[in-house]
Amino acid sequence: MGVNKYVANYTRFVLVEPNGRATVYSLGLVALLGVVTTLATAVGPVGVTPPTVLKVLANGIAVPTEITVARTGGAVLQLPALTVEWAPVFAFPVEQTHAAIVMTVRLPRIALGATVGFALAAAGVVMQGFFRNPMADPSIIGVSSGAAVGAVGALVVGVPFVGLRTAAFVGALVTAGVVYAIATEGGRTPVATLLLAGVAIQTLLGAVTSYLLLRSGESMRRVVYWLMGHLDASTLDEAVVTGTLGLALVGVMYLYAEDLNAMLLGETDAQAVGIEVERTKRILLAAASIVTGAAVAVAGVIGFVGLIVPHAVRLLVGPDHRVLLPTSALAGASFLVAADTVARAGAVELPVGIVTAALGAPFFLYLLRRREVSEL
Amino acid sequence: MIAVEDITVERGGVRVLSEVSLTVEEGEFLALVGPNGAGKSTLLNTVGGILSPAAGRVVAAGREIETLSARETARLVASVPQETSFGFDFTVREVVEMGRTPYRARLRRRPDPDGRDQIDRALARTETDELADRSVTTLSGGEKQRVLLARALAQDAPYLLLDEPTASLDINHQVRTLGLVADLDETVVAAIHDLNLAARFCDRIALLADGKLRAVGPPEDVLTAERLERAFGTSVTVGEHPVTGTPVVTAFRQQGQEI
Repeated sequence: MGVNKYVANYTRFVLVEPNGRATVYSLGLVALLGVVTTLATAVGPVGVTPPTVLKVLANGIAVPTEITVARTGGAVLQLPALTVEWAPVFAFPVEQTHAAIVMTVRLPRIALGATVGFALAAAGVVMQGFFRNPMADPSIIGVSSGAAVGAVGALVVGVPFVGLRTAAFVGALVTAGVVYAIATEGGRTPVATLLLAGVAIQTLLGAVTSYLLLRSGESMRRVVYWLMGHLDASTLDEAVVTGTLGLALVGVMYLYAEDLNAMLLGETDAQAVGIEVERTKRILLAAASIVTGAAVAVAGVIGFVGLIVPHAVRLLVGPDHRVLLPTSALAGASFLVAADTVARAGAVELPVGIVTAALGAPFFLYLLRRREVSEL
Repeated sequence: MIAVEDITVERGGVRVLSEVSLTVEEGEFLALVGPNGAGKSTLLNTVGGILSPAAGRVVAAGREIETLSARETARLVASVPQETSFGFDFTVREVVEMGRTPYRARLRRRPDPDGRDQIDRALARTETDELADRSVTTLSGGEKQRVLLARALAQDAPYLLLDEPTASLDINHQVRTLGLVADLDETVVAAIHDLNLAARFCDRIALLADGKLRAVGPPEDVLTAERLERAFGTSVTVGEHPVTGTPVVTAFRQQGQEI
């Protein structure tokens, strides 16, 4: 009887409880991401078989054996420097060129694709729930337009002291802040005002980008390429930074998943059940804008991931954000890795933004014909 | 007891409630009636802590609402707002569970031990237990209203505030819903459009017009032809319900009367 009760409780947890469902689906999606990553790493001009990919990845696993702390640095700033010695765990025999291709060429790009897809899909879930609007995407309050102005500005006229990525990131955050400030009056930020302010600022920044584009001259090709969204020339550092930021902020969003659920019924309802609506909105907007800004800064404007992945996942798992948020983020990671693999598999490499739009738009139209989108 | 002490509320610079004072006794069912724009929703939202008064204060169970956090307020007063969007595919139980929000810890280290019992009880008391696994998108108007009532009961707050609970219901469901509320034995304040329903189900009636409290008391004292004519700006007759004996108000337009 005791065992039966345990089994019944466990079954209930896995099938019914949101946290159980979220855990089970997430584990499945992590496995899917592993498979997609392995297959994607095998695709390319030099054939590397999936088993070789796995061996190279296993060889990359290392454990720290020695950590030393030394005080170094200039006269003003004394920063402790941490030196860590790493020792590999496995030593599978693989060809040196294959190892180099996997670790330095393909994996950074795939890792960046996964983190960017993770961030954009999570931000999309939050924005759609927040605005209760099916057309909401991570850029709805102008984050991408702001990043575009920053990046294009850096490419065309040059911004002193900061690089392209920093300029894009700062542009994104400044835009989000300005839109929020415009839409806020007396401590309240009505979402309808926020939406319209976002649209107006996007239009304005679009004009700025177009103007800069006209003046871009020699750098026109680079600018257009950046605007289309891309994952090439990425480094593992970028993936680590974006991934860390993404995981941390999606964690914050997850803490507010139940608040988002209540907000789906309306803000007055959310307030009535005890949610500090304006504070929750600020936190969610900030988290979504920062992850989107970071993703756009490293990968350019990749559309549709943040729009269609949440819709597709909502069809499968329902509207509960405790389940929807982690599953969408993980599905977004797999989706963008897969889309980028398509983008680089052809004879001519395409910017991944073209692929996501080409796959995403028809799929979105298909959803539009179904129940889901009209109901949102 | 809820004590509304001399509150004035402004929205967008316009005064929508001025100097309203009112007390709600434990266990009573008080109706707020009055013409459109009289300030009924504003009064409910102020008592529920959603709006802040420009002057005066609201004290519920000895605590001043404006000084409380949203979470503390939600443990004290449970509101059912006028418009709730049911566009998402949540089950009835999931929506009722949202009523436990004020008892939930964000980091989930402290679970909500009473939660499941309170939810089951709320479902049973509102006769929505059979709907528990249905999607809220499939419910009728009357069912939706009962689900929202269940969510408010799950909040386990001593005071219930209902904004137009019968607004979109047919006559059968209007009577059923208000009958259910009256039988709950909770302290309830409800804005009700239909004067006859208010008269029949509520212990006392507060009549609001132009942001001011015009009268408060038992239905037969408040619902007089003279008072209603002044508040609503139309001619009325007040009769007696043939079965329940409560006041029945009928509006009419006299020949040549200006609209």
